[in-house]
Amino acid sequence: MKFAIIIFPGTSCEEDVLHAVQGAGHQAEYVWHSEASPTALDTYDAVILPGGASHGNYLRSGSMAAQANIIPALHKANEAGKPILGICNGFQILTEAGLLPGGFLPNESMRFICKPTEIKVENAATTFTNKYAQGQTITLPIAHAHGNYYADDTTLAELQANNQIIFTYNQNPNGSQKNIAGITNKAGNILGLMPHPERAVDKLLGSEDGLGLFKSIN
Amino acid sequence: MFNAKIYVTLRESILDPAGKAAEATLQNLGYKGASKLRIGKYITMAVQADSLEAAAAQVDEICQKLLANNVMEDYSFDIE
Repeated sequence: MKFAIIIFPGTSCEEDVLHAVQGAGHQAEYVWHSEASPTALDTYDAVILPGGASHGNYLRSGSMAAQANIIPALHKANEAGKPILGICNGFQILTEAGLLPGGFLPNESMRFICKPTEIKVENAATTFTNKYAQGQTITLPIAHAHGNYYADDTTLAELQANNQIIFTYNQNPNGSQKNIAGITNKAGNILGLMPHPERAVDKLLGSEDGLGLFKSIN
Repeated sequence: MFNAKIYVTLRESILDPAGKAAEATLQNLGYKGASKLRIGKYITMAVQADSLEAAAAQVDEICQKLLANNVMEDYSFDIE
């Protein structure tokens, strides 16, 4: 598959994502946020929004990136049912762009948290998790100050009813509702997660538990 | 030209950890009567429009589109 990796001003995880995607046997190219053509993503099979601090995360994390010129093309890719993956700041951008429900509050501790975290695979029957076992615990690093997922009770009930809660924290690090670490949209083609699977693709660096996510997308 | 003062706050129902921390400090300083401290954003902006109503409509649209997140935040503004 050919992936587009979208880069916003302040994105910082694109090289790790490129490495992870290629390691999983895919091709990938960087696409700049200012691409205004709605067909800018037409030649790609899947799209990734990497982590970082787009536009300095001023105002709210991801709020300005969600208004970027590339966003109409991202909506078009979604309408075509292409897999779209948002990691950390990418997840925040997807909520701000209205492609995933909910939003993000500061971590309950008010601290930036950067550490390996145990994540439970709540739904292994998705485009993004089919290489994992249902209920499997994997270890992925988190690195965020605003990872405290928030949605109203109606939205949370819908997420649960539709099995859209894909990853949960074994020990909630940030105050996220329902221990949410990652969710999909209702159609299942968009995944947002706060942990960084691209930073866990080699045993040399402590864990290769993240590789399964990139291999699942096919 | 109209000048807008915009206030963006977390919904009442949502925990505000920064507000809680500041409130705890006030309690520590002896201000036992101080409570419900919430920290929000204050934004000022000038807008060009033909009338106050048109300016207000524009500011409202800007708040919805960018300045406030309707999942978690409320906003209000004064304009003159």
